[in-house]
Amino acid sequence: MAADVDTALSGAGCGAPAQDAALPASVDLEKETVLTGTVVNGEGEFVQGAYVRLLDGSGEFTAEVVTGEGGQFRFFAAPGRWTLRALSRFGDATGELDAVQGLNETKLAVSR
Amino acid sequence: MAREDVLVTADWAEANLDTPGVVFVEVDEDTSAYDTGHIKGAVKIDWKDDLQDPVRRDFVNQEQFSQLLSERGIANDDTVVLYGGNNNWFAAYAYWYFKLYGHENVKLLDGGRKKWELDAREVATEVPQRERTEYVAKPQDASIRALRDEVTAAIGSKNLIDVRSPDEYAGRLLAPAHLPQEQSQRGGHVPTALSVPWSKAANEDGTFKSDAELREIYVGEAGLDEDKATIAYCRIGERSSHTWFALRELLGYEDVKNYDGSWTEYGSLVGVPIALGDEPGTK
Repeated sequence: MAADVDTALSGAGCGAPAQDAALPASVDLEKETVLTGTVVNGEGEFVQGAYVRLLDGSGEFTAEVVTGEGGQFRFFAAPGRWTLRALSRFGDATGELDAVQGLNETKLAVSR
Repeated sequence: MAREDVLVTADWAEANLDTPGVVFVEVDEDTSAYDTGHIKGAVKIDWKDDLQDPVRRDFVNQEQFSQLLSERGIANDDTVVLYGGNNNWFAAYAYWYFKLYGHENVKLLDGGRKKWELDAREVATEVPQRERTEYVAKPQDASIRALRDEVTAAIGSKNLIDVRSPDEYAGRLLAPAHLPQEQSQRGGHVPTALSVPWSKAANEDGTFKSDAELREIYVGEAGLDEDKATIAYCRIGERSSHTWFALRELLGYEDVKNYDGSWTEYGSLVGVPIALGDEPGTK
């Protein structure tokens, strides 16, 4: 939802904006490192409402979002190695990603 | 104070959904989650629209808070059980806020919305109609809220706990990693502040860690001085409410304050000291 993205950009809150919203036009991919992707279940279906957390190179928690319709998630981070951890009612998944500046895409398949 | 006085389990909540005198309140930044499904009978409070003054950067006043709770049908002697998304950040913020205005019986649902959803527990979409009350809030309890001058005075003398992520603490990021990074204020942390990210206090499913684990994190690993007063801060004061809850309500330290102005205020002040990098720095 556009309103939530506006809130995020104005710095009013710390909660995650809706994850199925389009990348705001003000986000400059020449500067930002965006980690994005989808969560799918065992049948390959997108999982909405999965909790995806970003852990830094030392395994420390950095951020968490809830996937939107289409199982999407998105983080604004920095180049380097990151771990993505998804929790859902269909099970869990862990993935690793070496992010570079710009858009970095990945898929997380959760299972019990 | 015992843990069960301030924190309830999802099982307890499920068993008390219809208990008279118990009111469930969902608190979020984005309240659209409530509209798609919430704990049966729960009313909602919007972190921003209901709890922040629409003009000044401050809280709603005593009268407005009384008005809000009266409208939501919450009475002074009700037991309020707060829960929300984001690992209960905004619910913990509301808990602190309810305490600030002197509400007696208030508890957090351990794990909040996340645990409830991961457990696949039942949610409802109908909005309950609660009868209006005549709620009377007490004056703000200054013993749990830190203002900026107290924070600068605490450098090198009280425990300052920065609960943001390590990269925000060091000044490498200006906001949590799920938000775009453009901000105007300076990065870094209050000199001498210890870095203990809020997330250390929580398990993966959003529940709080045990008292023994929490004590080890704050005292053993981070070096919190148990004989000193403590001020917790983050970026805007909600993640630090989560830590304030762990320190004061779970571990029972008496003099713990939340600095709700947090980094968006401190990092914009002219002339205050700032430390960069991973070390606390000196006075």
